[in-house]
Amino acid sequence: MTMRPKLRGFHTMLDYETLRLIWWLLVGVLLIGFAVTDGFDMGAAMLLPLLGKTDTERRVIINTIGPHWDGNQVWFITAGGAIFAAWPLVYATAFSGFYWAMLLVLFALFFRPIGLEYRSKQESARWRTNWDLALCLGSFVPALVFGVAFGNLFLGVPFHFDELTRPTYTGSFWALLNPFALLCGVASVLMLALHGAVWLQMRAGGMIESRAQHYATRLGPVLTVVMLLAGAALLFFIEGYEITSAVVGDASSNPLSKSVARTDDWFANFDQLPLLWLLALGAITLPVVVSGLAKAGRSGLGFVASALNIAVIILLAGATLFPFVLPSSSDLASSLTLWDATSSELTLTIMFWVAAFFVPIILAYTTWGYYKMWRRIEPEMIQRDSVSHY
Amino acid sequence: MVSETVVELSRWQFALTAMYHFLFVPLTLGLSFLLAIMESVYVMTGKQIYKDMTRFWGKLFGINFALGVTTGLTMEFQFGTNWAYYSHYVGDIFGAPLAIEGLMAFFLESTFIGLFFFGWDRLSRVQHLGVTWLVAIGSNFSALWILIANGWMQNPVGAYFNFETMRMEMSSFADVIFNPVAQVKFVHTVSAGYVTGAVFVLSISALYLLWGRDIAFARRSFAIASAFGLASVLSVIILGDESGYEVGDVQKVKLAAMEAEWETHPAPAPFTLFGLPNQETQETEMAVKIPYALGLIATRSVTEEVTGIKDLVAHAEGRVRNGMVAYELLMKLRGGEDTPENRAAFSAVSQDLGYGLLLKRFTPDVVDATEAQIKQAAEDTIPQVAPMFWTFRIMVACGFTMLLLFILAFYYTSKRQEHQTRWLLKFAVLCLPLPWISSEMGWFVAEFGRQPWAIGEILPTYVATSQLTETDLWMSIFGFVGLYTVFLIIEVYLMVKYVRKGPSALGTGRYDNETETAGVPHYA
Repeated sequence: MTMRPKLRGFHTMLDYETLRLIWWLLVGVLLIGFAVTDGFDMGAAMLLPLLGKTDTERRVIINTIGPHWDGNQVWFITAGGAIFAAWPLVYATAFSGFYWAMLLVLFALFFRPIGLEYRSKQESARWRTNWDLALCLGSFVPALVFGVAFGNLFLGVPFHFDELTRPTYTGSFWALLNPFALLCGVASVLMLALHGAVWLQMRAGGMIESRAQHYATRLGPVLTVVMLLAGAALLFFIEGYEITSAVVGDASSNPLSKSVARTDDWFANFDQLPLLWLLALGAITLPVVVSGLAKAGRSGLGFVASALNIAVIILLAGATLFPFVLPSSSDLASSLTLWDATSSELTLTIMFWVAAFFVPIILAYTTWGYYKMWRRIEPEMIQRDSVSHY
Repeated sequence: MVSETVVELSRWQFALTAMYHFLFVPLTLGLSFLLAIMESVYVMTGKQIYKDMTRFWGKLFGINFALGVTTGLTMEFQFGTNWAYYSHYVGDIFGAPLAIEGLMAFFLESTFIGLFFFGWDRLSRVQHLGVTWLVAIGSNFSALWILIANGWMQNPVGAYFNFETMRMEMSSFADVIFNPVAQVKFVHTVSAGYVTGAVFVLSISALYLLWGRDIAFARRSFAIASAFGLASVLSVIILGDESGYEVGDVQKVKLAAMEAEWETHPAPAPFTLFGLPNQETQETEMAVKIPYALGLIATRSVTEEVTGIKDLVAHAEGRVRNGMVAYELLMKLRGGEDTPENRAAFSAVSQDLGYGLLLKRFTPDVVDATEAQIKQAAEDTIPQVAPMFWTFRIMVACGFTMLLLFILAFYYTSKRQEHQTRWLLKFAVLCLPLPWISSEMGWFVAEFGRQPWAIGEILPTYVATSQLTETDLWMSIFGFVGLYTVFLIIEVYLMVKYVRKGPSALGTGRYDNETETAGVPHYA
């Protein structure tokens, strides 16, 4: 085995502490990228049985997302890979602790690639309705579980590490389904359903456009109410966490070397950085703005506002938890933070440059792909050329 | 600690989900390049039939691709769900190639696959061709990074153990990328994928020729597949041989198990062509041997020895004893006795820490292991020989059968007689399962032969799992196998349906059976 590496050249441009902060932001960027892109195809698929009354109408919905769902899903996969590379302890602890929640997400997601690709390859009406249901649930369940998982982060999760830093989760799957977490799950579903509705209003023709508008107009205010309820729960009922020892931003990643205490609430960061109240304001007003734009028929602008809404909600959740990533309710010191759950400085450095190089390229060709496929999908297109479409 | 059963079940789940996944991956790797070649011919010659070929084989590609994506999702998250300690212990190194795979390969492949299917009338000819090539390149990049990750499990270079974080950390990214094991494995694996694609197109085209339908379409497909397949199968075999050399270099235990080399023979060692390995007596019964051959393959010399199993066990025993010392020092360092002396003493033996962890199976404290337990841990470093011996030979036999197939196919295609050579066409159809059998066998050799290690000589499989219960594992295995099996049945059903439809599935009106509604064509 070789000795500890010495960092030279451009490696030293960023110190360990800065890199850790950047990686917290980058994971956020990947999650936002996932929710904004895969979010609209999940939202559209959730609304599939509601908006599509005939087979052709359902095919219109599916074909608006047809060229894009696979690329969109890679944001999710890459977020998983990036958490593995940048926060191995979080990857290990969260995914094994949330074992059944994670498997539920996977099992549900399985039905999307297959459903989209296989649905229209058989004429049978029963075959197609079954796949429609699978696509709907395959999108609804992950959206719900992601929200529930985020909700549980605020409550803290029961886990600890042994002498070899082996994570042990001592809760159960059912304990994850508590009222606050479920409320977050509902918020997540509403957020993506709204996003999907505006997408369909913008990209689907025929009856779908007006039906999508109908939903897009109504989902926003409901989301605002749910966000207010969640905010109130956080303000009045849920305790927060704080690090009580000195934070050493460039120390080795050993979560057990710090001490953590519970606090009255999660709003300490808001006192430090009042700007966060602006995010909170955004999270409750933007859904209504989206619905307003949808009602006015400005679906393009509405979609942009919805994307912004998603970004604001995720940023708000992350910033509220900061610097915690996965707080432990049963052994406070085991809580994982962005300072003590990361990879080594070398790995963070390498992965930073890799991300800095590839993310702009990805954004460029993804944009090109959307630009090339940009058009409203009309029912006549499906009827005219049945074999080329999903 | 978790029970032996949890470890066993975790291994079963990983093996099953990985092997299901690899039913779809090689066809994606190979067929994507064949599509790119066919479409290149279309763009260069402007002949419509090559566009139809790209679109028809593309339809079959899509049916397969959907399940590749589906089963691939599991792979990205399963290290965390089921191998939590592994993820913590080596995530600093192993996570990087997985994340890069996402950024560099999956985005490319997945963004452009959508444009491949939906972009025919939205993109110019050259743009669409570019898209198809990017799909092929993307899927191959993905194989590159996953094999860099896997190569590191086999031969963990460019990393050191950090006792403060209690994990392996990267010391050289270049060493991880240019790991010789990863490089040969990459070329061997993608070439096997190309062979899979070629056999797939060749067999189905042969079927059309036997049925006497869509002759022009099938002959052109057959010709492209035979040339591409011949080049690929040669690459697989040459790189397979190179792989054997690398294994002989860095994974002596795996080589010895594959070859049932119980004793160290005087150089150059003979190659056991056939025999019945017996783990109990440590002998191979009824062995048929080729003199010198193994020594040549494994060491590229006539003077170097290939170390036998018995000597490897004796060597391992010494490392287990060293590992106990390393473990004891590690506990001191982490328990507050972080002195320069302890650090120096630890770094002298830390390379054997993994051997110390092998004892975790017998005694949680490691340092109090008995003589019998130490001997057992050393014995455990040798995987079961018979499964290794046989799966390796099945893989090689399939490989050489496919070599024969492509030589014949290429020869008769050059003579323009392939469509009339019925025995060759039947042989091609019969060969359809071979690439899948050999790929699965190959992965079995690579991964079963890595046991008892999750990360070679660093982290025993036994300590690598998550803290789950047997019930969790039984239920999740049931879930995965149940869902995957249903999906596989649907996939094969659709695949057969579209193979039967043939190019008429495109609805162009140019192909046989276009007017028939349900057309299983008759033999010509």
